[in-house]
Amino acid sequence: MPTPSSDAPTTTQRQISDEITAFGNARRGTDLAQPALDYTPYRSSILRHPTQDPHPADPEGAELWAPCFGHQDVDPLEADLTIQHSGEPIGERMVVTGRVTDGDGRPVPHQLVEIWQANASGRYIHQRDQHPAPIDPNFTGVGRCLTDAEGTYRFTTIRPGPYPWRNHRNAWRPAHIHFSLFGTDFTQRRITQMYFPGDPLFAYDPIYQSITDPADGALLVAHYDHDVTTPGWSTGYRWDIVLTGTHRTRFEPDEEGEA
Amino acid sequence: MTHRATPGQTVGPFFGYALPYPGDNHLVPPGSPGAVRLHGAVRDGEGNPVPDALIEIWQPGPDGAVVRSAGSLRRDGFTFTGWGRASTDAAGHYSLSTLRPGGEVPFFAVTVFARGLLDRLFTRAYLPGADLGAFPADRRDTLRAREESTGYRFDIRLQGEGETVFLRFPGHRAD
Repeated sequence: MPTPSSDAPTTTQRQISDEITAFGNARRGTDLAQPALDYTPYRSSILRHPTQDPHPADPEGAELWAPCFGHQDVDPLEADLTIQHSGEPIGERMVVTGRVTDGDGRPVPHQLVEIWQANASGRYIHQRDQHPAPIDPNFTGVGRCLTDAEGTYRFTTIRPGPYPWRNHRNAWRPAHIHFSLFGTDFTQRRITQMYFPGDPLFAYDPIYQSITDPADGALLVAHYDHDVTTPGWSTGYRWDIVLTGTHRTRFEPDEEGEA
Repeated sequence: MTHRATPGQTVGPFFGYALPYPGDNHLVPPGSPGAVRLHGAVRDGEGNPVPDALIEIWQPGPDGAVVRSAGSLRRDGFTFTGWGRASTDAAGHYSLSTLRPGGEVPFFAVTVFARGLLDRLFTRAYLPGADLGAFPADRRDTLRAREESTGYRFDIRLQGEGETVFLRFPGHRAD
């Protein structure tokens, strides 16, 4: 077993778990933003969250619109993370699909979705990832696609593994896929993480628990959908994404832009 | 009816191999006619640089019109898309080459992501001289880009002294 280095964090999971419980209790019954930016159990947030309330502003000009992406931006093959190298990546092949809609339930069509993730062993290609788990030479873990006219995105990938990190002693992140999303207006920009149902690490993870309302946290969990599987080839998960409402009216022309 | 929005999560430490791409911060080629630089440093609550932040800008063209052109991910060198992305370096510094935004009160719309930042932040980099009377008098200067010979400097302070004014738009829940 590897020896922890001398600068290994000394905070225990029990201490972090107690903080998670206390923070959750303090916010119970409130309707505050999720996640909490000042969520101290996630240690890296301590010096990186604003202390002043955000200033209320109405979107103006370009903020009422989102950037356009088109077929010149994204190759359809970028949606398949299992074909980027000469061989097959190791792990559970799966389809991840769902719809991107706005707060009024309208689809976000023809818009960019970017994802990145660890491999099946819980290792990122990123040079800063020092987790001593194997790199998979056949898996980079980066994908892109455009939603279709109904707001549907679809990726083929490998189920990522959980991995240890240095927030506290023996901290482990639940398996997740990072998602980057655009809406139909600028104020809907969102980066988040998709998780897998029933992950035993949820309760221990200060990043997942920074969403202090369990009903909101549940929105980040995909569900297994047998209709999404590819027979004899891959399992399948469905995860729908709701962005905040738009500020343009439904009847405004050029709703989707001319890409 | 309004549906509950999917919450955000931190961009984390490992976006550096996924979100940046060649030409992401060059909305126009540096040195091309009309090109200006928008750059600055991102700092934390102790004033230390944030080397793992990601800045995105979205802006109208010099004529003030909203840009509806695709092509940001594979720039052709001629099409202005109004959108760009810049990673901070080891000194917490980001830099973009773009055009001066037009409009009545011109600004760059800015989104900030970072490891340690649990959700994105929105702000604006207004061009010098903008009337910022709607913002608190003691903090509105944090929304001003400073003019330089090559363009504009816009520093972002996530916390503490000189903390940047960040924005909450309708439909976003209060912190």
